Amino acid sequence: MSLSSEPVRLAAADPPTATPAAQDESAELAALPVVPARHPWRWVGVVVVLVLVAQFAHGLATNPGWDWATVGQYLTADVIVHAVGVTIQLTVYGTVLGFALGVVVALMRLSRSSFLQTVGWTYVWAFRSIPLIVQLLFWFNISYLYQRFDVGVPFGPALLSFETKDLVSPIGAAVLGLALHQAAYAAEIVRSGIIAVDHGQLDAAAALGIPKGRQFRRIVLPQAMRSILPNAANEVISLFKGTSVVSVMAIGELFYQVQVIYGRNTRVVALLMVATIWYVALTTVLSVVQYYVERHYAKGSARSLPPTPLQRARTRLRQLRAAAARRDLSPVGEASR
Amino acid sequence: MSRPMVDLRGVYKSFGTLEVLRGVDLRVRTGEVTVVLGPSGSGKSTLLRSINHLEKVDRGHVSVDGELMGYRRVGDRLHELKERDILRQRTHIGFVFQSFNLFPHLTVLDNVAEAPLSAQRRPRREVYPVARRLLDRVGLADKADAFPRQLSGGQQQRVAIARALALDPKLVLFDEPTSALDPELVGEVLDVMRDLARSGTTMIVVTHEVGFAREVADSVVFMDDGLVLEQGPPAQVLDAPRHERTRAFLSKVL
Ligand SMILES: Nc1ncnc2c1ncn2[C@@H]1O[C@H](COP(=O)(O)OP(=O)(O)OP(=O)(O)O)[C@@H](O)[C@H]1O
Ligand SMILES: [Mg+2]
Repeated sequence: MSLSSEPVRLAAADPPTATPAAQDESAELAALPVVPARHPWRWVGVVVVLVLVAQFAHGLATNPGWDWATVGQYLTADVIVHAVGVTIQLTVYGTVLGFALGVVVALMRLSRSSFLQTVGWTYVWAFRSIPLIVQLLFWFNISYLYQRFDVGVPFGPALLSFETKDLVSPIGAAVLGLALHQAAYAAEIVRSGIIAVDHGQLDAAAALGIPKGRQFRRIVLPQAMRSILPNAANEVISLFKGTSVVSVMAIGELFYQVQVIYGRNTRVVALLMVATIWYVALTTVLSVVQYYVERHYAKGSARSLPPTPLQRARTRLRQLRAAAARRDLSPVGEASR
Repeated sequence: MSRPMVDLRGVYKSFGTLEVLRGVDLRVRTGEVTVVLGPSGSGKSTLLRSINHLEKVDRGHVSVDGELMGYRRVGDRLHELKERDILRQRTHIGFVFQSFNLFPHLTVLDNVAEAPLSAQRRPRREVYPVARRLLDRVGLADKADAFPRQLSGGQQQRVAIARALALDPKLVLFDEPTSALDPELVGEVLDVMRDLARSGTTMIVVTHEVGFAREVADSVVFMDDGLVLEQGPPAQVLDAPRHERTRAFLSKVL
């Protein structure tokens, strides 16, 4: 009997939080200072990492093998800067042409015509299967395979005729190879972005009678961009570094130029460092660009966008200034604390 | 009777081996509100989507305001229309979806203005004031610059209605416009639709809101298993249904 009556009595005596006793208790709790939980292993980890970083930095600074003087001498040398320009050029052309062709191939794979689907699929299959370096060497040697390039009636007489080696310069061959290779990957990225867009969006656009091309540009593509962009940025960055493969064609891009120089003066490590610094710096720029472009396409996706680092820094600065101003104005008693 | 706004004759539609519409005949008079009732899977959405040619029917004909949807008659042949011409036909028909399908990356105002700008190629200075007026009409004038995700479900559906009206359609189709909404938001959408009905817009509404049907509809259609089982004034179909199936369905939703 006592067992069964106890819970009943408890429930009756303890209506939620309303009793004076409970209120007292919560007020008391609120007044107590809080001691944060300690995480000793976290601190051990931090210390270990800091020691390793410090050692590495010390090595960079003191080990004469790095040869910072040579690095400094070549980092902004004309040959190197010019080579960086070539690398950027290859990247830009490769990206623009690659993605333009990639969009076409993606649309082929998504088309209702099974012939176009097959063509698109075959393109992607072929250019993903052939190693980039093999393909580049192919293009480089194209003039052995086809000496002339004719424009005219198919299988009939030629109207215009070019020497292939006039038409396809080494740089042209490199851009062609990079773009064709890039297009296969770009096609898959673009296609996956497009099929990720909710089908209801197309229904709505079709029901409103929006023209086909406009449906794609205004409705589908901006939404597809959200999933395309991070992958596309990856591709651009890997293409940017992938241009170093082009050095096999003796084109004066960054990596080739660096090799040429250390072949002459044997400062291998220093010159690799020069190349690394440029690659890292430009990848950093690309990453920042990616951040802002992604923000642009995130419009309407979150209830409100988080502030950019710049905006955050500005807000913080304003808060600090306001706090400083308050301290200056505060009464003597408080200031003397 | 004058020419009907919507005229369906012997419409058949299958998905693979599944027959979804099995010879639907339906006429809707200009200026009238027709409510379509029927159990899930009976083909109501497919019927609406066939009217504006989002689904191409296998057999039979659909005309809207005397114009054959999807085809052009030349002599004794029917020529399939090109995509561009079908899109042009659709600009006369508004469509409101169960899941709103607003364009999430465009502001509310741009959602409403998009079709008049691109499908009708009207100038911006003409389109935007109209779009604002429509938003005002559905009670959302202050939300013009918001993005769809910043709105409640009921507000989103009202924007979708404004968007459908932006082309000044002859006919507006509603596919369960309130089914995705919390109960307390259903009322605001039905209010807008009631308003629209009163202004003389021809509407076909698929809904389970029998109260709305009783109050607003001029005609109620009951569909079952790909067929129109009965059609008539609400008092008749809702209160004295002729078919056993209709009676069984109504006893469940009422
Ligand atoms: N695109 C499609 N492909 C294959 N089957 C489909 C397709 N669209 C609809 N169906 C099928 O057709 C049948 C009728 O669908 P419909 O959407 O017209 O029904 P409904 O009456 O609107 O049902 P609900 O009340 O659930 O919306 C269903 O069995 C559905 O699975
Ligand atoms: Mg449906």
